[in-house]
Amino acid sequence: MNGQTPEITIEPLLRELAPQVLGVVARRFRDFSSAEDAVQEAMLAAFKQWPQEGIPENPRGWLIKVSLRRMTDTMRSEMARRQRETAMATEEVPTIEPAELETDMDPEDTLVLLFMCCHPALSTSSTIALTLRAVGGLTTAEIANAFMVPEATMAQRISRAKQSIKASKVPFRLPTPQERRERLPAVLHVLYLIFSEGYASSIGAHLQRLDLAGEAIRLTRSARALLAEDAEIAGLLALMLLTNARRAARTGPHEELIPLDKQNRSLWDRAEITEGTDLLTLALSKGAVGLYQLQAAIAAVHDEATRPEDTDWPQILALYELLQRVAPSPVVTLNHAIAVAMVHGPERGLERLRALDSDERLAGHYRLDAVRGHLFEMLGDLERAVQHYRTAATKTTSLPEQNYLMTQAARLEEAGKDSNNDSPATE
Amino acid sequence: MKYILMMNGKKSDFEGYTRWSKEDLQGNVAFMREFSKELKDSGVFVSSEGLGWPNEARLVRAGSKGEPITDGVFPESKEFLAGYWIVDVESPEQAYAIAARLSQGPGAGGKTGGMSVEVRRVLSSHSDLGL
Repeated sequence: MNGQTPEITIEPLLRELAPQVLGVVARRFRDFSSAEDAVQEAMLAAFKQWPQEGIPENPRGWLIKVSLRRMTDTMRSEMARRQRETAMATEEVPTIEPAELETDMDPEDTLVLLFMCCHPALSTSSTIALTLRAVGGLTTAEIANAFMVPEATMAQRISRAKQSIKASKVPFRLPTPQERRERLPAVLHVLYLIFSEGYASSIGAHLQRLDLAGEAIRLTRSARALLAEDAEIAGLLALMLLTNARRAARTGPHEELIPLDKQNRSLWDRAEITEGTDLLTLALSKGAVGLYQLQAAIAAVHDEATRPEDTDWPQILALYELLQRVAPSPVVTLNHAIAVAMVHGPERGLERLRALDSDERLAGHYRLDAVRGHLFEMLGDLERAVQHYRTAATKTTSLPEQNYLMTQAARLEEAGKDSNNDSPATE
Repeated sequence: MKYILMMNGKKSDFEGYTRWSKEDLQGNVAFMREFSKELKDSGVFVSSEGLGWPNEARLVRAGSKGEPITDGVFPESKEFLAGYWIVDVESPEQAYAIAARLSQGPGAGGKTGGMSVEVRRVLSSHSDLGL
């Protein structure tokens, strides 16, 4: 990619305008699916024309106009088709006067779109794809590239998602307070998944692939601006910032994973840490502590330690105990066991892990073995540590994790009796 | 999550295939086309390739100066990859269902093939965030 092309300024502008334009068009025609197609075409037209002709004076008006024209064309040909079939008299296609364009804007459109895309009827991958396109203003090609599937496959996924929404007959309007309460967790989860996809696969991919973590942060920011009263969305944004702050330090020159306690902390992004911490402090003051706020709080405790040995593990342990009450899950229990080991010693941590052996949700999951490997290593039982790291390596579905775990096992075997503390690759 | 669906066969299976009747071959090709279309329409298709005949397969290793040393002699029991499909799905069960569909492809004499399909996970470039 070349840093000087005009797309650099056009892209963020288009991404910001996309949901606004879509909101106007979808509300006017009460047809989210066709409106979304029309806006996507208008965006592609802008991508082509603006670098040559310059950004129009009123870019939003331009996009709305082009989208409406496409929409009208689609409706005309649809009506022509119906007329051929039914031989009915001519119907009038509504035309929109440009003068109306600007009065039509509703800042909450983005929120309507977000709730619409994160519809419970959709599969996770469809939800993510549709959210990135309709709310994030990304092109199908960009999304396909980010998930390493062909563009045609992504287009198909998006089109199926839109069909499901159409079939579910969700009206294009703000969800009621009750719907909002019910569906907000799903919305937050989707935003979190987009972030996680981007953050976790940032390895060596910055150049060719879209910055999904950055996109997730941007989307969460705009959602937070509209849901300012919700402390969990602030918590989620804080979690993203506090995690993303470590991005430059989490992989080495050969794209190998670097665990938290081995990272060069001077590479951590101080501005992101400060912003995340401030956001979190504000969110926590509002009461009703949730899952994302607690995870953000744990990330903040890690981030504020200048050296790994300065980490306030008793504080982290207390936060995991709260998390187990607020949002219990086997992964939380796993992380809790690490905190127990750091505060009370590895035997106590291993004891906690025993409770997870019978948990079907973790059966065959590599992380249980990875954490055991780590705790046995802390205990000085290198033979068992090696065994568990190796088992974990055969179970993980991630290539960087596999390399990391194999290297851990090899390192311990070579170290023989020289115990050398290390922690699992996960953060 | 991505899975690869692999269709393997022994040399004798490949030779048998060359003696299928025209109807059987046409039926099989039609099935494969339809199968591909289904994958694409359902938004799970990533890639697919068919491989050349096993008699062209060579085992290559580097000699002392790095030069390629080729060998084309394989034991009778050796299984060769005939082709593969990579799909991006939501769960292993979805991948197994697609593999089962593939396994229903018609074989010789119009019978359902019942061919087994090897399903393996494609590793991601992701690491687990651990949350």
